[in-house]
Amino acid sequence: MGKILMKGNEAIGEAAIRAGCLNYFAYPITPQSEVAEYLSRRMPEVGGVFLQGESEVAVGYMLFGAAGCGARVLTTSSSPGISLMSEAISYISSAELPVVFVNIVRGGPGLGGILPSQADYFQATKGGGHGDYRLLVLAPSGVQEAVDMVMMAFPLAEKYRNPVMILGDGLIGQMMEPVEFSDHLKSEPSNKDDWATNGMDTRNRKERNLVKSLFLDAELLEEHNLVLKAKYDRMKQEEVRYEPYNLETDYRALVVSYGTMSRVCKTAIDNMKAEGIEVAMIRPQTLFPFPIDPIRAAAAKDGCQAAISIELSMGQMVEDVERSVQGKCPVHWHGKAGGEIPTPEEVVDVIKSLIK
Amino acid sequence: MQREVMFAGFGGQGILLIGNILAHAAMEQGFEVAWVPSYGPEMRGGTAYCLVAISDRPIGSPIIRNPMHLVAMNRPSLEKFAPMVKPNGVVVINSSLISIGAERDDVDELRVPANDIAKDLGSTKVANIVALSAFVARSNIVDFEVLRKCVQEQFASREKLIPINMAALDAGEKAARLK
Repeated sequence: MGKILMKGNEAIGEAAIRAGCLNYFAYPITPQSEVAEYLSRRMPEVGGVFLQGESEVAVGYMLFGAAGCGARVLTTSSSPGISLMSEAISYISSAELPVVFVNIVRGGPGLGGILPSQADYFQATKGGGHGDYRLLVLAPSGVQEAVDMVMMAFPLAEKYRNPVMILGDGLIGQMMEPVEFSDHLKSEPSNKDDWATNGMDTRNRKERNLVKSLFLDAELLEEHNLVLKAKYDRMKQEEVRYEPYNLETDYRALVVSYGTMSRVCKTAIDNMKAEGIEVAMIRPQTLFPFPIDPIRAAAAKDGCQAAISIELSMGQMVEDVERSVQGKCPVHWHGKAGGEIPTPEEVVDVIKSLIK
Repeated sequence: MQREVMFAGFGGQGILLIGNILAHAAMEQGFEVAWVPSYGPEMRGGTAYCLVAISDRPIGSPIIRNPMHLVAMNRPSLEKFAPMVKPNGVVVINSSLISIGAERDDVDELRVPANDIAKDLGSTKVANIVALSAFVARSNIVDFEVLRKCVQEQFASREKLIPINMAALDAGEKAARLK
């Protein structure tokens, strides 16, 4: 199969099917409704299920139930919808079930707007729901990468028995770019017998699998929290992903940017290079685990005068950049919100104002 | 090199579709492409526009302040976007609906009565294809034969629409070459 031109939202839907996901529960919301539109047609063609919940709260628990039975399951939503699912995300995390969430972020808070934003960074990486839990968060910067990350998300969710969130934004959902789906897609076999309540006869085992999140005994709950922590620590060891850009040069500043914003930064960096000014970028592809060590090493390089977190929010990722850089150089923030996206020209001006 | 085309008009004129067809043709020719629609709270009859970026390298920012070219299908679009077009860009003006000009002396202005040409062909609905065709013939942004193939593919599932769209392509090309 060659390249086809596809909208991000539709490509995400197709990728899920090719990853072996036959259960999709969702509630429509701009700017991601095309995923539901696409999968409402495609799921029946492949023997799968699309079920529109009565609300995102209900969708959250449909996911919980299906995952508990061992089904590979997906939902897609946008910011306010993810807020409504957040209680279930906390329960699913505690119950250690694999679910893939896609958040095509729009501006907030509240109902906000429908244009691209990265204002859900905190919600995705630091919680949103209650309790000590972490999501593995993947951040695509284009349609092809969104496809690749959906394909990657299901095996990761199963490997860690943990929800995975793909944090896109309205532009990635709405934009069309050429995409390629690999020809022979074999979805990886699920490890569901380890955890699903799919019947002791089915999996031919003597022990029951139990899906739960209630631990009234303090000692048992702490034991559970330690199990979860060990899992999150393992993610930090094994799953950090990032793209270095222009990092091999004698750069004068380091940009940290992800998703749609990072594309604008690439153009800005190319334009500055043409003027003889070298600027490097680290583009986190995983927001949790965050590429702490690569950013610290890059910021510590001789000649790097500033690290700049450039994001479509009022300053969220910059906190992670600060704790990564650890004072190796000054850390700055630049961002826009509400659906506004800085142009490459604006990014160039900002960077120039921060370096000598 | 990256080139960008802004297609703009009102909802229902097939603006997003011609952007899609151009992006498809550029992809077929081996270019990197991105198609970015306007998706604000739109309504029928309101403004509609999309930007197509075409490049021989991976496309960085799909958000562009100054597109290289403009295809304006109605007057508000021309007034809004003409000042932003880069020098030496092509500005196609649907002169059936737009009485004014781009008021720039540094762009290649091409006036095409797209709606009138389409009406003569039997349906004003193909005015968008007339404009797209004129634009491609003038700018040579993609190979005209590739464009022809992509228009044909676009209507493959509604075969009876192919002849009129092919006629629209020919008429648009002719209108561009006349100037």
